[in-house]
Amino acid sequence: MSVLSIRNLRKSFGGVHAVDGVSFDVDKGEFLALIGPNGAGKSTCFNMINGQIMPDSGDILLGERRINGLPPRKVWRQGVGRTFQIAATFASMTVAENVQMALISHADELFSMFSVAARRHRERAIALLEQVGMAAAADRACRELAYGDVKRVELAVALANEPRLLLMDEPTAGMAPKERNELIALVKSLVVERGISVLFTEHSMDVVFAFADRIIVLARGRLIADGDARAIRENPKVQEVYFGTGKTFERAKEGA
Amino acid sequence: MTIDALLFQALNGLAAASGLFFVAAGLSLIFGVTRIINIAHGSLYMLGIYLAYTFATRVGGVLGFWGGIVAAALIVAAIGALIEILLLRRIYRAPELFQLLATFALLLVINDAALWIWGPEDLLGPRAPGLRGAVEILGRRFPSYDLFLIAMGPIVLIALQLVLTRTRFGRLVRAATQDREMVGALGVNQAVLFTSVFAVGAFLAGLGGAMQVAREPANLLMDLTVISDAFVVVVVGGMGSIPGAYLAAIIIAEIKALCIGIGVVEFGGFRVNFSKLTLVAEFIVMAVVLIVRPHGLLGRAQGAIRSVAEPEEPIRPATAALKFLGLVVLGLLICLPLFAKTSPYTLVLGTDILIAIIFATSLHFIMGPGGMHSFGHAAYFGLGAYGAALIVKFLAAPMLGAIAFAPLLALAGALLFGWFAVRLSGVYLAMLTLAFAQIVWSIVYQWEDVTGGSNGVVGIWPAAPFNTATNYYLLALAFAVLSVLLLRRMLFSPFGYAMRAGRDSPLRAEAIGIDVKRVHWVGFAVAGCICGLAGGLFAFAKGSISPETIAVGRSIDGLVMVLLGGIQTLTGPIVGAATFVMLQDTIMRQVEYWRALLGATILLLVLVFPAGIVGGIMARYAAWKSR
Repeated sequence: MSVLSIRNLRKSFGGVHAVDGVSFDVDKGEFLALIGPNGAGKSTCFNMINGQIMPDSGDILLGERRINGLPPRKVWRQGVGRTFQIAATFASMTVAENVQMALISHADELFSMFSVAARRHRERAIALLEQVGMAAAADRACRELAYGDVKRVELAVALANEPRLLLMDEPTAGMAPKERNELIALVKSLVVERGISVLFTEHSMDVVFAFADRIIVLARGRLIADGDARAIRENPKVQEVYFGTGKTFERAKEGA
Repeated sequence: MTIDALLFQALNGLAAASGLFFVAAGLSLIFGVTRIINIAHGSLYMLGIYLAYTFATRVGGVLGFWGGIVAAALIVAAIGALIEILLLRRIYRAPELFQLLATFALLLVINDAALWIWGPEDLLGPRAPGLRGAVEILGRRFPSYDLFLIAMGPIVLIALQLVLTRTRFGRLVRAATQDREMVGALGVNQAVLFTSVFAVGAFLAGLGGAMQVAREPANLLMDLTVISDAFVVVVVGGMGSIPGAYLAAIIIAEIKALCIGIGVVEFGGFRVNFSKLTLVAEFIVMAVVLIVRPHGLLGRAQGAIRSVAEPEEPIRPATAALKFLGLVVLGLLICLPLFAKTSPYTLVLGTDILIAIIFATSLHFIMGPGGMHSFGHAAYFGLGAYGAALIVKFLAAPMLGAIAFAPLLALAGALLFGWFAVRLSGVYLAMLTLAFAQIVWSIVYQWEDVTGGSNGVVGIWPAAPFNTATNYYLLALAFAVLSVLLLRRMLFSPFGYAMRAGRDSPLRAEAIGIDVKRVHWVGFAVAGCICGLAGGLFAFAKGSISPETIAVGRSIDGLVMVLLGGIQTLTGPIVGAATFVMLQDTIMRQVEYWRALLGATILLLVLVFPAGIVGGIMARYAAWKSR
């Protein structure tokens, strides 16, 4: 059964077809990588699923429900967690408070004006931080953390509403190779434990080929390949968009 | 009135538009590059017209007049460069808006300097040599000099556009407006760029002022009236857009001129006096433009501003020491009437300070944790004060009932205005709140039958047992303590956290289900409501309320209090309000040139404590502890 179904999704900016009739499914418990060269339409695709951009046409189905055009906060309430390419956290709060904020929102307590926020859902927040290995830093200011740690905190925040689906836009961007592997291994173990589905974009092919259950490839707004690591590696179309045909200069020579 | 008369009035409007455009263009350039909201920009305009007057009368003749205009503009440009080098350059890394405090202090200093040099009388310059006459247009005599002014507008517009698009300096200005960190990273000397932009902006302001020398008398109120007009023009046209500023200057000047021209009109039994609308017309235009086009007529979304200041520390519950200190201060305040037996004025001042504390903490609530810089907090103060006063006047309400009504009326106003305001951010939000405050002010000023117009409402005295200075002081103390504790409690609540979340990262906040606009709207309403209480208390403390006590000056006072104390802490606005009111009071009573002295004191505080008084003390304490 698929958690997320994308049907014929389209979006253009001016004359550029950023996403041009893309369809795919994310199954329950699946760790799905969305890759493609720069400008392939990955982020646009992501932002449409997340609700930041309104699609021109097509359907985004979360389970049975069509979520086209819902704002991000409502998409989140449907059980979709999100991490950003540049980690977004609340700099003036402690690490634990960042997670508590998401838990408070999940419990619909945002307009509670007289209780003490720092005491709400504290145990649950610490438990989430333990899962991402950040419990020891719970009371530090989030702005003091190293970037790799901020990414872990962001992951804990994204898991706070017990999402069915986690959207991760370049989860390892800006991290050292060792940190990268650790973070993705962590995500993968959480996915297996909790049965969450993850859709992620990624530039590091090591990460993608080592961890993804399935890979889909976008190029110029179209989906050109879909399969497991080996099938993608051997797909001639994928090789072409990543390495080119190697004939650019040959043609120039012929022309000359 | 006839079509001819209307067209003639429109020509008058065009002549006024030129001067307005020059100031606004300078303001827009300076803001675009340095992100400084230069409150003293109107003062530069004022200096321009005074200097031009001096040249025209002392040197005299063609050289004195025309050469004087150029010389005045150049001197003002030099003053602008000096301001940037000596003052602003030292505080670029201070928290957002802190530079505004410095330029406000400059406004005070320049105003008193002008008073000292040129005296309090209005000074009208001589008529322009060579353009003394008038031309016959539409059967009326139109001054030739005004035609010259009308022509100068497009000439300067084109010259500016050429500089901005064709020269290296212009490219740098445009690049810095979009992303000044990037420009810095590319190896451009920012210090030189900022100084020169400030000089060019000041030159335009000085020129705008100097050219009005033959048209209107120089006076000491110009700085504030011009700066508020210039803000409106810049915001309506779109920040950073020079053609937008020209377009907006024409629209604003025309609307003002036409309102005067139309005069009183009957609409099926209703008499509407359009000439009275001039005071508010521009703000209504601005509010409408901002609601329809949030970035102004020709403006674009502002480039990303990476905050240069350190982000805030997480808020922590009060330590035992702080709680103890708070109790000691509270104890002293309760005992103040005992110490003040010999000088009853202390209690009057004390009451003023307590009211200012409620006012400033409520403003801080949305400015600090909410990140919404309101330039129109006086609106809710005014709604509270007039709400209380009018319910006493018309319904003979008891005092406590009236004080309870004050926050309710302010709440209603804040709900209405806030709904629009939270849709904007940054300087546009600031200007929209300012527009709403001006609208409230002008309704109060012009609805004479109800509000008493410029005389205000008098005879609002507190009832027994609060009719003594001591008891009223204690009442104000009780309300101040309650308000501060209530706001503090809210800051620590999930709601307060949600407000800060929306400020820290709107992207993340939306991605975890927070409706940032709604949260900020409620925050705005809460702040307005508490501020209304301050207004209600103020009306009874003074026994009267008049439009000038709720004018733009009060909004600025509030900003100064919050910034002076420090925006990043909760005690900041309390210390800031107390310091500001005491400074203002002691300096005002003892010194003739109190504005200059107050300005100089603020400048000193700005340079010594670039994170506000409380922020500065905390930073020093932290440094001392880590030694």
